[in-house]
Amino acid sequence: MNRVLRGTVAATLLLAGALSTAACGGDDEAATPEAADSGATLTLWTRAATESVSKAYAAAYNATHKNQVQVTAYPNEEYPAKLASAAGAKALPDLFASDVVFAPQYASQGLWLDITDKFNALPVKDEVAPAHVRNGTWNKKNYAVPHTIDMSVMLYNKDLFTKAGLDPEKPPTSLTEFAAAARAVDKLGGDINGTYFGGNCGGCNVFTLWPSVWAAGGDVMNAEGTASTIDSKEMAEVFALYRKLYEEGVAAPASKDEAGPTWLGALQSGKIGIAPAPSAWLGIIEEKAAFKVGIAPISGINGGESTFVGGDSIGIGATSKHAAQAWDFLAWTLGDEAQVEVVAKGKGVPTRTDLASNKYSSADPRIVTINNLMGKGRTPYAKNFNATYNDPQSPWNTAFRGALFGDAQKSLGDGASALTASLKK
Amino acid sequence: MTLLAPARPTVLPSAPPRRKRNKQWIGALYAAPTAFVVGMFFVVPLALVVWMSLHHWPLLGAPTLNVPDNYAGLGDDELLRTAVWFTLKYTVVVTVLLFALSFGLALMVQHRGRGVGLLRTAFFLPAAVGFASASLLFLGLLSDEIGPVNDLLAGDGYLSLTSGSPNTALGSAVVLVLWRFAGFNMLILLTGLQAIPLDVYEAARLDGATRWQIFRRITVPLMRPTIALVLTLMITGSLLAFDQFWILTRGGPDNSTTSLVMVIYREAFIELDLGSAAAISVVLLGVLIVFNAIQLGVLRRRSQ
Repeated sequence: MNRVLRGTVAATLLLAGALSTAACGGDDEAATPEAADSGATLTLWTRAATESVSKAYAAAYNATHKNQVQVTAYPNEEYPAKLASAAGAKALPDLFASDVVFAPQYASQGLWLDITDKFNALPVKDEVAPAHVRNGTWNKKNYAVPHTIDMSVMLYNKDLFTKAGLDPEKPPTSLTEFAAAARAVDKLGGDINGTYFGGNCGGCNVFTLWPSVWAAGGDVMNAEGTASTIDSKEMAEVFALYRKLYEEGVAAPASKDEAGPTWLGALQSGKIGIAPAPSAWLGIIEEKAAFKVGIAPISGINGGESTFVGGDSIGIGATSKHAAQAWDFLAWTLGDEAQVEVVAKGKGVPTRTDLASNKYSSADPRIVTINNLMGKGRTPYAKNFNATYNDPQSPWNTAFRGALFGDAQKSLGDGASALTASLKK
Repeated sequence: MTLLAPARPTVLPSAPPRRKRNKQWIGALYAAPTAFVVGMFFVVPLALVVWMSLHHWPLLGAPTLNVPDNYAGLGDDELLRTAVWFTLKYTVVVTVLLFALSFGLALMVQHRGRGVGLLRTAFFLPAAVGFASASLLFLGLLSDEIGPVNDLLAGDGYLSLTSGSPNTALGSAVVLVLWRFAGFNMLILLTGLQAIPLDVYEAARLDGATRWQIFRRITVPLMRPTIALVLTLMITGSLLAFDQFWILTRGGPDNSTTSLVMVIYREAFIELDLGSAAAISVVLLGVLIVFNAIQLGVLRRRSQ
């Protein structure tokens, strides 16, 4: 019965056809040059840590524009995988933000559209956080602009400082003084600890330890991000100091296994004297805490100050059909209105250097401290950053765990070559 | 696929060919939806993975052939080596413990009696919890912050079972897997136990066999196909372990509980090296096929 067979084959092919068109559907909306504010619906993806800022931008933009930005947030750890699978399926959103240190990887993989011409036409382009802009650059083309800025600082509990006989208005100015302050607070005893750090969290330590290396004049990588120098004297000294604090019990015992999720909770508890942390936590900790929070720059062993200029970059998804409208949103986020009335008002750090002091920052001197740090800080650049440093299975994790809790000398030597191999991938 | 094979004009000497062929076509028709689904969602992706493993495969843009780089690179991967070793160790530990526990439970509830129904339900209940949810449940229970277990074990001190030391991390995952899967495997073993005719036991008892002799000479040999099935499921499942380590230990501390599938995930979604991820998958598939072939061979020989 050839007819039956033919029928089956035809039905199967039809079904297959239907499925494959469904799989690559959406091609019919050809990208015609349209007005930038044409009433398009723009999808924006971001990680949970950045969700509140992205939503604040979107709400302010939506209120004054025909285009509507819809924000979807994903859990921090799952976000890179979500982006990778969306890219593989050619289903990226119109806009997506990413941790600024992952930006070179996404730019090199072509996940964002090239926005070089549009960015260069911006009147404020020279004021946009330079380290962030560099991380969104690949082969001299711009792919991303800064979305949020978060810097590493020392946060300290002023109440515990007073109790321990320290001056709460005079935070430590070197890492050695930081260790002394932590020891003094730790002597209060009970469940109070001097300090806290993410001893099993690659991303945390990159953010909190590297500024001490930079402040001492050292570095952790070469400029191209292809060779590691964590076996340097400056890095070894920083590790040795934290290692000692852990061994003495000054750092909370939970520091060793802290992989990130309970880091904020530990500092919120009010039982930690002083610890390096994201500047964005100042507001979050104060919201709930019954104690006063002080802020100080992260310093090197003998002084100096630096910071890790982190945060998120954002670009236009390579498969977006609304590139013009998406750029309209990005250009708006870099404008004065968004930077002052959305970012600065929400106690955030403006992504523009010329807006570091604004009408909101002057109300809180601690915010001025944070904003002024931006010029002294750095954003490290490496294409394979995530796999080398942030991922739990990264060579960085192995190296610093060894340096803090194991055979320090060997870990840093072996670590530097393992990191270099990973950076070169 | 194989069902479509008779579609070629087969010439049968005596039987009226028309009717027979008619039936064959209808059979093919019935099988077509399944064949389509299997083809679309199994054969095609499988072929694609093999194809990918021969290429440098970027997320967007055209792949370039780089055979055999993806396979050659596997040898230098230290993390992969740790993961292979760990996955094998985990498979042995879990298979032995899980089998002993499941078999024990099955023997316990094999005969009807007071409260047996309740026990069977209780043992099987964890299988109704999703595996990821069960992992999160254990993460909560074992957490030093919110879980009760650490307080019982360490009092006021600090103790982290899931990331404190390699052994406690592995232990946490093994306990989770035992709790979650013992009931399910018990059920399979129970069906095997109950398929053994009662008169065989009676005959043995009349011959004066002890309980141990009955277990060794009757229960175990007659259970062989079921045991082979359960072991196949356990070994395959353990070699593909992911959820429990991904959620409970994040592969730590110090990569000591990083399973093979986690390495594949890392290659694909963190390194964005889809070619290498595909290559590891192909090798793992090969190993699984060998394991299954051996076990099915045992199964077939004994059921003859």
